[in-house]
Amino acid sequence: MIVQGLAFYLFAFIAVAAAVMVISARNPVHSVLFLILTFFNAAALFVLMGAEFLAMILIVVYVGAVAVMFLFVVMMLDINFAELRQGFLQYLPIGGLVGLVLLAELLIILGGWTFAPEAAMGGSAPAPAPETVSNTDALGQLIYTHYFYLFQASGLVLLIAMIGAIVLTHRRRPGVRRQNIGDQLRRHPDESVEVRKVETGRGI
Amino acid sequence: MIELWDGYVWPTIWIVIKIVLIVGPLLLAVAYLTYAERKVIAAMHLRKGPNVVGPFGLLQPMADGLKLFLKETILPSRANRVVFLIGPMVTFLLSLIAWAVIPFGEGLVLADINVGILYLFAISSLGVYGVIMAGWASNSKYAFLGALRSAAQMVSYEVSMGFVMITVLLCVGSLNVTEIVLAQQGPWGMFGWFWSPLFPMAVIFFISTLAETNRHPFDLPEAEAELVAGFNVEYSAMPFALFYLGEYANMILMAAMTSILFLGGWLPPFDIAPFTWIPGPIWFALKIATCLFVFLWVRATFPRYRYDQLMRLGWKVFLPVSLAAVVIVSGVLIAFDLAPGTS
Repeated sequence: MIVQGLAFYLFAFIAVAAAVMVISARNPVHSVLFLILTFFNAAALFVLMGAEFLAMILIVVYVGAVAVMFLFVVMMLDINFAELRQGFLQYLPIGGLVGLVLLAELLIILGGWTFAPEAAMGGSAPAPAPETVSNTDALGQLIYTHYFYLFQASGLVLLIAMIGAIVLTHRRRPGVRRQNIGDQLRRHPDESVEVRKVETGRGI
Repeated sequence: MIELWDGYVWPTIWIVIKIVLIVGPLLLAVAYLTYAERKVIAAMHLRKGPNVVGPFGLLQPMADGLKLFLKETILPSRANRVVFLIGPMVTFLLSLIAWAVIPFGEGLVLADINVGILYLFAISSLGVYGVIMAGWASNSKYAFLGALRSAAQMVSYEVSMGFVMITVLLCVGSLNVTEIVLAQQGPWGMFGWFWSPLFPMAVIFFISTLAETNRHPFDLPEAEAELVAGFNVEYSAMPFALFYLGEYANMILMAAMTSILFLGGWLPPFDIAPFTWIPGPIWFALKIATCLFVFLWVRATFPRYRYDQLMRLGWKVFLPVSLAAVVIVSGVLIAFDLAPGTS
C-alpha cells in the first residue's frame, strides 16, 4: 500500500504544481504544455483508482484532440501577455468568488458521499459490482442501458453545437477554383484530346 | 525485508529486464529498417544501394548512427531551448512506450491491460506533440509550417483510424490486445483473420497508418522540395537522430498494429503441421516485415499528395466510409446474432 500512496502523492503533487504553472507561466505555449502535463497526471490518478477506461479516454480526447487545438490557437495568436495581466487585480474578487462556489459545491458532494453514501446514490441506477465486470463493461451498461435516452440527448446537444459552429463560420467565397474529382474522372479522351494530322511545313 | 524484495524490488527488476528485451531488438530493427529501406528502394530503382560499409553494406546503419553521434548538437540562438530539446525526446519516447501492450505471442506481453487498444490509440494520438513542439520551438518559418501541416494531417487521419478500430472491436467484444488476436483464431485459418471480413477497413487502416507516420505519399510535413525538411530543419546530431529513430520505430509500431488488428498477430496462417512448427513471435515478425515492405514499396511507387487532396481523402472519403462501416458492421452483428458476448 505504501507504494500506491507514494504514487498517489507524486501524481497529485505534479498535477497541482502543473496546474499552478498553467496560470503563472509567462509564455502561453508553456501554459498549454503544462495543462497537458496536468491532464496526464489526472489520467494517472484515474489509473490508480482502477478507472483505466476513463484514464485512456481522458488522454485520447483532452490531450490528443482538445489540447492540440489549444496549442494551435495559442501558437498562431500573437498574444502580448503583459497586457493580459493588467486587469488581474481588478478581476480577482470575481474569480475568487467563482472558485469559492466551486469549492463549496465539491465539498458538499464529496461530504455527502463520505457521510451518507446511500443518500448520495439517490435515484441513480446501481453500478454493476466491480468484481464481476471490467469498468469498461460497467460504464457501457450504465450509459447504453440505464441512461440511454439521456446519452442520446447529450449527443444531440453536441450535434447541434457542431452544426451551429459550422453555420456560423462557414462562408462561401465566389471564384474559388476547386478540384472536382468527379469531373476529372468523367472526362473521356474522345472529347478532350483531338488528334490531327499536320502536314510538314504547314502548321494548323 | 524479504517481503519488500518479493513484493516490489524483484518485480521491478524483472520488468526492467523485460523492457530491455523488448527495446533492444526494437532499436536493432529500427536500424536495419533504414538499411532495408535504402536497399529495397535501390532495387526498385535498379540501383545497388549501400554496399560499402561491411559485407553488402550491412554495417551502414551503425556508421550512420556513429556519424550522427559524433556531430555537434546545434541549438539555434532564437530557439526556445527547453521545448526544442523536449520535442525529439517526446517523439522517441512515445514510439517506445506503446510496445508495452503489444503481445508477441500468447502471454508474451509486458502489460496485459484491459484497455490495451485504447492505450495504443492514446499513444499514437500523442505523437503529434513532438512534431508541434519541434516546429514551434525552432522559431523558423519552414519548421513551423511543416509542424502545422503534420499536426493537421495526424489529427485528421486519427479519426478514421479510430472508427476502423471500433469496427474491429465490435467483432471482438474486448479492448484487450491479446483477445483481439485470439478472436481471429478459428477453423478458417488466415481467411478468418479480420482482413477478409473487414477488407475495406483493413485498406483504410493501412493508408491511415501511412498518413499517421507521415510516410509517402503523405510526407507533406517534410516535403523537401517546398519546406526544406519540414519540422526538423533546425535539428542536428542526436536530437535529429531521435526524430529519425522515432519515425522508424513508429512505422514498425503501426505495422505491428495492422498485423494485430487485421493479420492475426502471432497466429500461423493455417493451424496444421508445417505452419504450427514455427513459433508465434516469428510469424508476428514476418507479418510486421510484410507490412513494412509495403510501406517501402509505396514510397518507391507513388508521387506525393497535394495538401488539399490529402485533406479531402481524410475527411470526405475515409471518414464517411469508416463511419458507415461502424453502422453496417454493428447492424450485421446484431441482425445475424453474431455479436460477441450475446451467445
